[in-house]
Amino acid sequence: MLTLTCPVCGVDACETELAAGGEAHLKRFGPGSTDDQFEEYLFLRPNAKGVHFERWRHAMGCGKWFLAARDTATLEVFGTYSAQTTAPPADIVNAIRAKRPDWSPET
Amino acid sequence: MSTRLPDHGRLIDRSRQVKFTFNGKWMRGHPGDTLASALLANGQTLVGRSFKYHRPRGIVASGGEEPNALVNLGRGARHEPNQRATTTELYERLEATSQNHWPTLEFDVGAVNAMVARFLPAGFYYKTFIHPRAFWKHVFEPIIRKSAGLGAAPDPETMDADRYEHFYAHVDLVVAGGGVAGLLAALEAGRAGKRVLLVEQNAHWGGRAPVDGDLIDGAPAEIWVKNAVEELEKMENVTFRTRTMLAGVYDHGYVTAYERVADHTPGEDAPRHRLWRIRTAQVISATGAIERPLSFPGNDKPGVMLASAVRDYIVNYGVAPGDTVVIVTNNDDGYRTALAAHRAGLKVACVVDPRAEADGDLPHEVRSLGIRVMAGSAISKVKGLKKVVSVRVQAHRGYDGGHEEIPCDAVAMSGGWSPVVHLWSHCGGKLTWDEDQACFRPDHDRPPTDQNGAGFVTCVGAADGALNGDVTMAATATAMAGLLGSDVSAPRVDVAREAPLAPIWVMPEAAGAKKRAKMWLDFQNDVKVSDVTLAAQEGYESVEHTKRYTTLGMATDQGKLSNINGLAVLAEALDKGIPQVGTTTFRPPYTPISMGAIAGEARGEVFQPLRRTPIHDWHEEQGAYMEPVGGWRRPYCFPRDGESHEDAVNREIDATRRSLGLLDASTLGKILVKGPDAGRFMDMLYTNMMSNLKPGKCRYGLMCSENGFLMDDGVVVRLDEDTFLAHTTSGGADHVHTHMEDWLQCEWWDWKVHTVNVTEQWAQIAVVGPNARKVLEKLGPDFDLSAEALPFMAMAEGKIGGFDTRVFRISFSGELSYEIAVPASQGRAFWDALHEAGAEWNATAYGTEALHVMRAEKGFIMIGDETDGTIIPQDLGLNWAISKKKDDFLGKRGQERVHMTDPDRWKLVGLETLDGSVLPDGSYCIASGKNANGQANVQGRVTSTYYSPTLSRGIAMGLVQNGPDRMGEVVAFNKVDGSTVEAKIVSPVFYDPDGEKQNV
Amino acid sequence: MSELASALPGAEYEGIVRVTEAGLRGMVTLKADLPDAANGVKAVTGQAVPEPRRINAGDVSVAWMAPDELLILCDHARADQVVRDLAEQLGTAHHLAVNVSDARAMFTLTGDTVKDVLGKLTPADLAALPLGEMRRTRLAQVAAAIWFSDAQTAHVICFRSVARYVFDLLALAARPGGDVGYH
Repeated sequence: MLTLTCPVCGVDACETELAAGGEAHLKRFGPGSTDDQFEEYLFLRPNAKGVHFERWRHAMGCGKWFLAARDTATLEVFGTYSAQTTAPPADIVNAIRAKRPDWSPET
Repeated sequence: MSTRLPDHGRLIDRSRQVKFTFNGKWMRGHPGDTLASALLANGQTLVGRSFKYHRPRGIVASGGEEPNALVNLGRGARHEPNQRATTTELYERLEATSQNHWPTLEFDVGAVNAMVARFLPAGFYYKTFIHPRAFWKHVFEPIIRKSAGLGAAPDPETMDADRYEHFYAHVDLVVAGGGVAGLLAALEAGRAGKRVLLVEQNAHWGGRAPVDGDLIDGAPAEIWVKNAVEELEKMENVTFRTRTMLAGVYDHGYVTAYERVADHTPGEDAPRHRLWRIRTAQVISATGAIERPLSFPGNDKPGVMLASAVRDYIVNYGVAPGDTVVIVTNNDDGYRTALAAHRAGLKVACVVDPRAEADGDLPHEVRSLGIRVMAGSAISKVKGLKKVVSVRVQAHRGYDGGHEEIPCDAVAMSGGWSPVVHLWSHCGGKLTWDEDQACFRPDHDRPPTDQNGAGFVTCVGAADGALNGDVTMAATATAMAGLLGSDVSAPRVDVAREAPLAPIWVMPEAAGAKKRAKMWLDFQNDVKVSDVTLAAQEGYESVEHTKRYTTLGMATDQGKLSNINGLAVLAEALDKGIPQVGTTTFRPPYTPISMGAIAGEARGEVFQPLRRTPIHDWHEEQGAYMEPVGGWRRPYCFPRDGESHEDAVNREIDATRRSLGLLDASTLGKILVKGPDAGRFMDMLYTNMMSNLKPGKCRYGLMCSENGFLMDDGVVVRLDEDTFLAHTTSGGADHVHTHMEDWLQCEWWDWKVHTVNVTEQWAQIAVVGPNARKVLEKLGPDFDLSAEALPFMAMAEGKIGGFDTRVFRISFSGELSYEIAVPASQGRAFWDALHEAGAEWNATAYGTEALHVMRAEKGFIMIGDETDGTIIPQDLGLNWAISKKKDDFLGKRGQERVHMTDPDRWKLVGLETLDGSVLPDGSYCIASGKNANGQANVQGRVTSTYYSPTLSRGIAMGLVQNGPDRMGEVVAFNKVDGSTVEAKIVSPVFYDPDGEKQNV
Repeated sequence: MSELASALPGAEYEGIVRVTEAGLRGMVTLKADLPDAANGVKAVTGQAVPEPRRINAGDVSVAWMAPDELLILCDHARADQVVRDLAEQLGTAHHLAVNVSDARAMFTLTGDTVKDVLGKLTPADLAALPLGEMRRTRLAQVAAAIWFSDAQTAHVICFRSVARYVFDLLALAARPGGDVGYH
């Protein structure tokens, strides 16, 4: 059972206090987008084994959404960060690279 | 026979007696006894029957690894099956019965299975009962169910009389195991100032060291243990518990421990079990090792025990498992049992040792006492039916026909020791094969890892493979020093040096198929050496497959005794090494834990939270029939004396339509949305245009997911220029609020909008019916409620009868209706005031069913009835509520997909049966022809169906292909009995289509 | 008008700790840019905006709920006035202040073993919770906020609709015989 630090209120929250929200950093496609774009946005997920960015809500807590960088295989957590970003911030990327030298944000 | 010794018994209090029954027979033991030691003290060596062959079985072990001595404990509300006698502490008036026999333990009909054992090899059931198919359910399964199985399931009509709880603890370090290694680890961590939790599954500290006679710092281990516990007691940062087993190790340092608080004091007003849910930085597994049996013909007979268990019963409980003992061992440690038995005054007939030579310190000591040591020999037969009478001993290797019959009534076997690596393995720690000690032990390079990617479990002592007493303490000290970064000095331990064991588990070496079919590996599941060999012959190579095929290690003991021996047999049959065959997966819990402990407090009244409105108590006082609605309990109807639910619903509708009905609508979700961008935000959330709603006005709105599917609906009120109040469905408030915050926080975080879920701030009451206005005017509003001042779909705020109200002229029934919100603290009083003032108009409380019928009469949709997560608003004829002017809203793009714009989608219509009957809920509209599966094609389905007391006939809504274009057409719907009923497609609005009644 | 009713008027349980319903309490949720709103909050409540998770306690107490959210605790009768005062002080600044007093229930636990009792129900690390800091967490299956005003006194806020559930939980956890002896 995971523990994640909510970057908003600073609490080390137990998984039972959190609600998972799927993959992070999705780009929304609305009216005017192609069927392929819309399908990709709504349905297609890489389901990575390894480094993964995901959305969590501190549901039984401050109620805020935040993002986490985590290894889906080992459950190692590289960091949690603000939901108000469109891409992982530099400190998170560096933390991942320190542990997973082969990983790059593009993969 | 087994009996109580005049001396020994360090754990029992001989000054007191405890009475208990076994199969109804009264017996006596002492405080400190386990049920197993007390049974042995009473000469009860036969304690159960095996799972498959119903063979007589006795106690094998002295701890949690016991496979045989499972009993039913207690009766009635405290009956519990499959309890291990070896870990059950004796208490006054304990009632135990043996399991899996019929009619009696002594005489069992099922034992006939044993005579046909050669017909019941591994996979027998799979192979035999597959054909004919029909026989399984009616012939094979009932027979197998009767003969197989363990204890009796608790009576389903009783409720567990005990209570259970969880407890959350956050520590730096959990130490599992209170033997000398665990105590040393806890001491060192405690001294270093760590927050420590030390748990020991048994009721006493010290583990094996006091039994084995180790000297620590020159004194008996018992002295060191006592001092260690005393020092721990003084440490405020250390919590320690006996009777508490570390059950499982999970991700991110989450650990569960199972505390048996009151098992030994049943009936005491205390939680029976407590499940500790622990977060820890480090787990120290000082879980010791478990002795392995040896596989020789007849090794499952009552009287054949683990050598360490024989020692435990003598030293800890003063119980002799027999008068004359034969020891059979492939290692030096087994000789300790010979010494212990000899010291206790028992006759040790001989030590059978398959090793060619036995020249270690311990064998020498045994010989010096005049005990016969038979090196290079093996047991080839155990004689006796329900108890051991003698053993046949022959050469282990190179059988020349010579053998010797040695009378005895107890056999102590030792196949060496396996470290208890379970806690290391639960969360992914890997193992390595230790060739010298012939065991798996933790591979330090591949530990289970935590959230930081670092190892968080450390095995110390025997659990780490440091099996001999002298290295146990030194290795523990070294490990703790590494972990704590401090100097840790190990106590000096004096123990006899041991010669290496021989990796021999099957004896005699050349035993043929017949003998191998009498060598048990898994005692509980009746798996023999021959079964594993057969599995290998039949092509099973994977240990996991073999396990499932033979059921080896799948019993309640999870293979604690059988694992290595089974692997060794499989490896030999496959001509591979044991490490190449590998182990099965160790999964939590370490030993079974109670369902009660898992449930914790969540039973009875607090099984789950039931949400109650401020008016809930009134409903209960009226004897309302309640139904669950999104976590709430709402009144379905209020039946009066002698009234059926149907009658009550019809009466409530009638009273409302004719005069005055009152509905507790407090469960409706209410969310405030405020800010300069609130209008823009509401336009994105709803399919309608909300930004042009005038302050003080209400508008019905639809909310869709990005997929386009209808998610929720409700009336939106604009309170002022900046502020909207969004009403949601009863079950939907939390979800909708979460949905709003998701978009605000994660997509449009630069928009200036705040939201607050104020659902529970308000009690909301719908005042409905032709006399609705009259009752409110009678209560005395300080504002104008007239149709001109407060028209349909308008809102106003003010006092009514002294209550702080917010009034919405909205209607879900088609009648003149005021939905009135008051602060929850005033809710009950306002409800009472409405009833009092409304008495002259027969004010009638109505429930959710009346609400449903009235909304269906009006053709209003209900989320969850007309929608199921695949329905778009266009399916429901709600195009009028979908803005064409907006560039974007959530769901707009989704609704443009090809399948959503398909003209053949099923669409909402009303349905009227020709015979006036009520259509079955969920029934399908039959189309011509059959589908590929031979089923009737369908062209629609019923979504809501009721008896309408207003129209005195059945009415329904449904989704029908091209329905709105087929008005007047008669179609058929299926019924459960296979027949069909005809219905005419009509408008879904059955009542007052022009809205004259609500608009007054 | 009749008297106002809290969720469980007078509910009380005496076990290894004492559990009482605290009656009606005024509560106002303020959502705003907190640094910008600090002066207004001070003017209305007399309290500074607290540090994250802290409660500044007094006649009127102010609790930090999130970077854009405060909970103001006051007399029940005063809550509407607090909302009006905040509206006046904060003026046109983007904010949302709303009386949520009746949406909540509040319980007080007193006794030497309050942490052991609450520790049966919440996964929060209570040993690490300083006095005057609010931990929003769960009690068994529902959301709750917990804080300690001293070592023997805990306060619990939950939603009004689950007040009975939370009271029953607390009473069960406080039943005699259930001492844990941990904290």
